[in-house]
Amino acid sequence: MLVLDKATFEPEVLQAEGYVLVDFFGDGCAPCEALMPHVVELSEKYGDKLKFTKLNTTKARRVAIGQQILGLPVIAIYKDGKKVEELVKEDASPENVEALVKKYI
Amino acid sequence: MSKVYDVIIIGAGPAGLSAALYAGRARLSTLIIEKDKDGGQIVLTSEVENYPGCLEGESGPTLIDRMAHQAEHFGAEKVYDEILEVKLEGKEKVIKGKKGEYTGKTVIIATGASSRPIGCPGEKTFTGKGVSYCATCDGNFFEDFEVFVVGGGDTAVEEAMYLTKFARKVTIIHRREELRAAKSIQEKAFANPKMNFIWNSAVKEIKGEGLVNSMVLENLKTGELTEIVADEDDGIFGIFVFIGYTPKTQIFEGIINLENGYIVTDENMKTNIEGVYAAGDVRVKSLRQVVTAAADGAIAAVQAEKYLAD
Repeated sequence: MLVLDKATFEPEVLQAEGYVLVDFFGDGCAPCEALMPHVVELSEKYGDKLKFTKLNTTKARRVAIGQQILGLPVIAIYKDGKKVEELVKEDASPENVEALVKKYI
Repeated sequence: MSKVYDVIIIGAGPAGLSAALYAGRARLSTLIIEKDKDGGQIVLTSEVENYPGCLEGESGPTLIDRMAHQAEHFGAEKVYDEILEVKLEGKEKVIKGKKGEYTGKTVIIATGASSRPIGCPGEKTFTGKGVSYCATCDGNFFEDFEVFVVGGGDTAVEEAMYLTKFARKVTIIHRREELRAAKSIQEKAFANPKMNFIWNSAVKEIKGEGLVNSMVLENLKTGELTEIVADEDDGIFGIFVFIGYTPKTQIFEGIINLENGYIVTDENMKTNIEGVYAAGDVRVKSLRQVVTAAADGAIAAVQAEKYLAD
């Protein structure tokens, strides 16, 4: 998974062509920690078909708010730099995330 | 034929981990089944200062880490799976998960509870968009913004205090005229210059455009409605909800005796089914704390051991 920060989010996601998955997480967020290994697993399985990225929002608060995110975890799919779908908090279960990935590959 | 465990524990929060520790020390073959992450509610908690012997600055996650290691040290196995169906009658109890099927001679249910929502319009739409049930997850977003905390118990007031680290101003909205939280917590809250209080009030509606920017409060004494709108420069505010819990007992409905959704047990944690016990927040009890969850877990494991010996 490509690790993003507040500087690279723009070129790697908002200016990217095609589909990009972003795992928005944060320091001290236990549900984010629980979800992350599942997303890493999915990136190993589907990484050749979809660009998997993650952003630590604790160090990129404004970027996250700019993406209308005020709660974690969020798994979002971007197409040509526009957010097309997202799974927020409890909806971001491993099964739902896999279904989301399959929808866009 | 798959392994038949002496004890299957559902849930790896304080009750489940304590049961695993006692079962493991009794040399019972023990399996813990956890849905997603060890700890349950307590890992969402920023500060734990009422568990006897916990360290200064202890958080939910640090306490749970040590509990999990301790249970593992005494030989408890663990799988991560979500339970779909249970067959609890008879000598061999079958637990069906998404990933596999598990068989045990006894079962300890320690599934716990999840945050209770307000139930007002807009709450679901704006979850993760300004509405939150987890201060440690989402507090950071509100640095220098305004935050409202709904509730008046220990958790509400403690989490409100935690949020003052980030937010410019934290306002507690409570249904009554006084807090229910422990006096020591109240003293700290009233002494904190960032803390404010709105009494006798409930949230009726949450509104916004993409993110929360206003809400309607009802004064429960006068019936008067007030709209709170985000500061113009901010454009948003946060609403953190800590008004209690809902037990996770859906899969046991019609199988185990429940009361208001909570599992009914006797003082030995026995349910109405032989060899099936409940421990922690999931059962009918007067105090839902880490310390009482741990105690329940210990009792349930010892009872399971006695049942197996008979």
